[in-house]
Amino acid sequence: MSTSRDWPLFEVFIRARGGLDHKHVGSVHAVDARMAMEHARDLYTRRQEGVSIWVVRSSEIIASDPSDADAFFEPARDKVYRHPTFYDIPDEVKTL
Amino acid sequence: MDSEALERRFQARIDADERIEPKDWMPDSYRRTLIRQMAQHAHSEIVGMLPEGNWITRAPTLKRKAILMAKVQDEGGHGAYLYGATETLGVTRDALIEELLAGAAKYSSIFNYPTPTWADIGAIGWLVDGAAIMNQIPLCRCSFGPYARAMVRICKEESFHQRQGYDIMLQLSRGTDAQRRMAQEALDRWWWPSLMMFGPPDADSKHSAQSMRWKIKRFSNDELRERFIEFTVPQAQYLGLTVPQGEIDWSEFRDVLDGHGPCNRERLAARRRAHEQGLWVRDAATAYASRQAARKMQAAS
Repeated sequence: MSTSRDWPLFEVFIRARGGLDHKHVGSVHAVDARMAMEHARDLYTRRQEGVSIWVVRSSEIIASDPSDADAFFEPARDKVYRHPTFYDIPDEVKTL
Repeated sequence: MDSEALERRFQARIDADERIEPKDWMPDSYRRTLIRQMAQHAHSEIVGMLPEGNWITRAPTLKRKAILMAKVQDEGGHGAYLYGATETLGVTRDALIEELLAGAAKYSSIFNYPTPTWADIGAIGWLVDGAAIMNQIPLCRCSFGPYARAMVRICKEESFHQRQGYDIMLQLSRGTDAQRRMAQEALDRWWWPSLMMFGPPDADSKHSAQSMRWKIKRFSNDELRERFIEFTVPQAQYLGLTVPQGEIDWSEFRDVLDGHGPCNRERLAARRRAHEQGLWVRDAATAYASRQAARKMQAAS
């Protein structure tokens, strides 16, 4: 039996170019961080899609629970006054 | 919430063109359908490396060889994106690959045809990748987020595949009589199998209606097939080649699907061999990583 089963999963984030955020692009399996980095390069930047890569073990990511999303995001729902469009400003007032 | 209410809410989200993400509630049948389809798609990419990989050492020029290697590498990449997207549904890539190697999983029947001449590589890029693009573009808007995102990436890369194939056909069609004949024969070989890539006629397609309701599928098999013919015939005319006339032989399609195509056994054997021959590399990598980790622990204590 192979001992190479179940290599850990890493999530891959790529900065397309300077000035942009790293963005999730997918995942790779690898034995360690270095291999994850090399696999991510080979898999996700074959056409110069990035200038920087982050890899992180998928098991280290803490995610919010979608089934709990309604309650979890509820506090922001009734605070429309946080948006600029909430305020009626007379047309005569400019650059505001 | 009971399951009927959950299912109603799920369908309402789909109807509103929302995307479903891996941790969202979904009916088991939706999950199973996606795992089956996405795994088959991933397997097709991986097995699809074989007919073309076969020509890497015999490509006519260094330029063609470099292009073909890049294309075959892309196909491996597409398989990796798709296995990764399938894993978000709660299966492991190892289990999916095991199913493929055991002969228990399906992949696109097109890859069970042989590539006897260099022109076949041109015809594959032009027709097979062309048909794949036609199938895959609507999948970029499929209801399951990870599948749709993988398809966006794949479609961007497929365009190169199709154009390099047409470029090979173009060069052959402007060549000697023998080269033109070679191009025509490759078109003759790949035309019908390419049309079969869109799946059985709508009336016989058993998964279609539900997949349409779930927006996994957005156009019917026959619609996509017709569109492909419409696009491809003028391209053949430009090459001065003749598109075969007649009807699709669906019994051939079923035979190949059932494992009786010209290369079914050879393809699986090649996959198994590659998997076995790579075992020591995977084992060595695992051993190296665990030794490095142990060394790090020791240094820290």
